Amino acid sequence: MATKTYLWAVIDAMREEMSRDQNVILLGEDVARAGGAFGGSRGLLDSFGPLRVRDTPISEEIIVGLGVGAAMTGKRPIVEIMFMDFFGLCLDQIANQAAKMHYIYNGAFKMPLVIRTSAGVEMGIGPHHSQLLESWVGHVPGLKVVMPSTPRDAKGLLKSAIRDDNPVVFIEHLALHRIKEEIEDDELLIPIGKADVKRAGRDVTVVATGLMVRRALAAAETLSAVGIEIEVIDPRTISPLDIDTIVESVRKTSRALVVTSSLKPFGFGSEVSAEITERAFFDLDQPVRRLTPPFTPAPFGKQFDEYLNPDAASIVSAVRELMA
Amino acid sequence: MTIEPLDLYARMMLIRQCEAQLNEAFAKNLFPGYIHSYLGQEACAVGICSNLTDRDYVVSTHRGRGHYLAKGMALKPMIAEMFGRATGICGGRGGEMHAADPARGILGGNGIVGGGLPYAAGAAFSAALDGRGTVAVVFFGEGASNNGSFGETMNVAATWKLPLVLVCENNLYAEMTPFAEMSAELDIAKRAAGYGMPGESVDGNDLIAVRESGGRAVARARRGEGPTLLELKTYRWGGHFEGDPKKYRSREEEEWWKARCPLARFRKHLVDSRLSDVATLDLIDARATSEVAEAIELALKSPLPAPETALAHVYAV
Repeated sequence: MATKTYLWAVIDAMREEMSRDQNVILLGEDVARAGGAFGGSRGLLDSFGPLRVRDTPISEEIIVGLGVGAAMTGKRPIVEIMFMDFFGLCLDQIANQAAKMHYIYNGAFKMPLVIRTSAGVEMGIGPHHSQLLESWVGHVPGLKVVMPSTPRDAKGLLKSAIRDDNPVVFIEHLALHRIKEEIEDDELLIPIGKADVKRAGRDVTVVATGLMVRRALAAAETLSAVGIEIEVIDPRTISPLDIDTIVESVRKTSRALVVTSSLKPFGFGSEVSAEITERAFFDLDQPVRRLTPPFTPAPFGKQFDEYLNPDAASIVSAVRELMA
Repeated sequence: MTIEPLDLYARMMLIRQCEAQLNEAFAKNLFPGYIHSYLGQEACAVGICSNLTDRDYVVSTHRGRGHYLAKGMALKPMIAEMFGRATGICGGRGGEMHAADPARGILGGNGIVGGGLPYAAGAAFSAALDGRGTVAVVFFGEGASNNGSFGETMNVAATWKLPLVLVCENNLYAEMTPFAEMSAELDIAKRAAGYGMPGESVDGNDLIAVRESGGRAVARARRGEGPTLLELKTYRWGGHFEGDPKKYRSREEEEWWKARCPLARFRKHLVDSRLSDVATLDLIDARATSEVAEAIELALKSPLPAPETALAHVYAV
């Protein structure tokens, strides 16, 4: 066992997979010489050389396009789009090309492509560096979308994503990059599409993603002190969603809260809420509740992010309202 | 690559017949959806692809049949694909704008103008990593040259010296809009200099000229010296799609270009230079005509894919 930060867990995952399979390559802005804009690919250039670890121009469409064409012709590329806010520049290659290539051509091509990206939620860096847009990609058939909240999950899911024959959007949170966790030394593969119950409880099912998982777990401590036991579920994969684990929990607790740092309308929380309602309406004691930032961009400044995003206190209040 | 001149003629004629007879099927209401005809541009596909082997990659467009046939896709499954039949090369689900054949290096068409350029560069990058001299060719129109994907692809291809040949078929009309209304500089090849790669404007209706410049560009890419932008100046005989009333241009202009038919021109060259004779060429024409007719007849008799197959292949398993 070794204690690893989220960021080093991600680097370890890439290093292990690049050592295992020479078809794994890494492309993106500043991923090679700089070791990643956030240090998320440190050491890989030295280990694997400039053919397999390459800096690209600030040209998001071709960054993804390079990955698409390489994936169709036998490589297993990891491409990095620095901030998820930049997806607007490359959505055609993601949603029309990568996502549909296997489908359109009747299975003739595989698309073993990982699109690694970061969401800057709660970093106070303004409206073009703060959005979590998992709904944009979760809405597209053919894509898988993964959003781990812990170092161990990040490592195990990234390794699975690299081995997957489908395009996987792998979303990291800048605010999580420095958190630490013990990770086993053995091979760690966590299946895509499998939720994790981060804390068991009988009273309220709290589905939380990314940064919100830790806040839900903090809220759980506070609530436990007053005798309320919440069950915290981290879906880990946005698409395909492991709704069975969520519904099974709701059948037990009869109450559900979904907490995200993405926005409410047409969002992930809406999807989970609708699925719970369709599958377990008669098990519910209360309407499913969503807790999200308000429907606004995020201005520059940490005080705005802290104001806008759900925190442990707002999760505690929402749970107490559901228990009322 | 040595290819007999008659083979080049036969390939062009096969494309010509394919386009002409699909238009007839469309007029008889036998064709599902739109037809984006390649009539008039046959020398572009054949001239370029005659420099390639099965191992080389081609990325096509929504006007792709010429490229598919020139790169060696079998006629019958290609035609069946156009009709959306289960016997099509992609089971009929790709249809008129999308066909692929990995065994022939054909990496698909595209419904998105400019969508093929970035991933063609990816295929070229992959080929460069493999180091076996494989080349990628991406076809696109002058319309796509005004898409951002063009600039990103040109820059990366030149900077990384990718084995990529960028073939812009400038047929003068982006959908219904004349190129001259959308661009101040009408020679697209000139843009190459700004990215640090060679660029060449070629008469796209002159098979020999296209084949020679294509050969130079492919050879350069194979040697690892990097990409070339080729602008093939040609003309789309039909509208953007069949049935397009073409109000944006004159019938006189169309006739002027039809008088510069790439097939008639190459045919005259073959006869004048005594490489062939009229009787032999007529035989080739007749063979292409009947092969295409047979393929269309077969496609029309073939089943449509079952609707529930729409649910297949969303994800690879």
